[in-house]
Amino acid sequence: MVIQALAFYLFAALAVASGVMVISARNPVHSVLFLILAFFNAAGLFVLIGAEFLAMILVVVYVGAVAVLFLFVVMMLDINFAELREGFLQYLPIGALIGLILAAELILIFGTWIVAPDVGQALTAPILPPDQVTNTHALGRIIYTDYIYLFQASGLILLIAMIGAIVLTLRHRPGVRRQKIADQVSRRPEDVIEVRDVTTGSGV
Amino acid sequence: MEELLLEYLPILIFLGLAVGLSGLMVMASVVVGARKPDPEKNSAYECGFDAFDDARMKFDVRFYLVAILFIIFDLEVAFLFPWAITLSDIGVFGFWSMIVFLGILTVGFVYEWRKGALEWE
Repeated sequence: MVIQALAFYLFAALAVASGVMVISARNPVHSVLFLILAFFNAAGLFVLIGAEFLAMILVVVYVGAVAVLFLFVVMMLDINFAELREGFLQYLPIGALIGLILAAELILIFGTWIVAPDVGQALTAPILPPDQVTNTHALGRIIYTDYIYLFQASGLILLIAMIGAIVLTLRHRPGVRRQKIADQVSRRPEDVIEVRDVTTGSGV
Repeated sequence: MEELLLEYLPILIFLGLAVGLSGLMVMASVVVGARKPDPEKNSAYECGFDAFDDARMKFDVRFYLVAILFIIFDLEVAFLFPWAITLSDIGVFGFWSMIVFLGILTVGFVYEWRKGALEWE
């Protein structure tokens, strides 16, 4: 129990600290690396509350793929970030003010939120208790059947992302000569080789 | 809940050891190592020449395309894990639900194949 609490405070403190470093690091590549550290700590927090599957997916998808994508974007932009971000923290007060206003609005919304009294039982009823079924199992039982519309919508969103990325970034360079194996294999000697009789001394 | 976290205790110990050991090595080399800085030693080494220009240069946008296509199929596989282990519980409906999902993504896959997005000229 003590180790659990210690691990929680370690992960939480590291997550917050690396979050601060993401916005205050001079070098954008360092920012992305701190973002990866923040993802790892969030995964640790997920494990602590028992959400194993989410933790592993966070590591696989966010650390393995999204962070790589961020690194590409950072490297693809031809901007001198060091100059751009000088004095970035000077804007911290106004940013904090805007953040406070947003937080106040959120508190106002959630303060007047009324939860139906029986919603707790309705939400937790169909899922088996955690000691009988694993995390991934519990998710799998509902994603594909109870939440099929959201599941299919996520498939459509992925399709749109795929097509959008191709439409936006795919450019074929003209005049590129590719190796065509089929053409090479189907080439016959009689089509391309010609034997001529050449009289001595006359040349071809 | 407790048993679950106990299974992760070795990983936590491993993480602690890894952080401690690597920190120890860095600290040891800072404390013990001899340091005589010299402008020539500190300058960037580029095959014996002075560095020509900044190392930050534009990447080809096609790297980005490959990365985003990888993410999409990564997510598709992430959806396959829970489906595979609960196949006996969710029945025919769950099975076909996933097949439709895979079909939607296969449309995108065929599209990118036909467009030649997977080829590197």
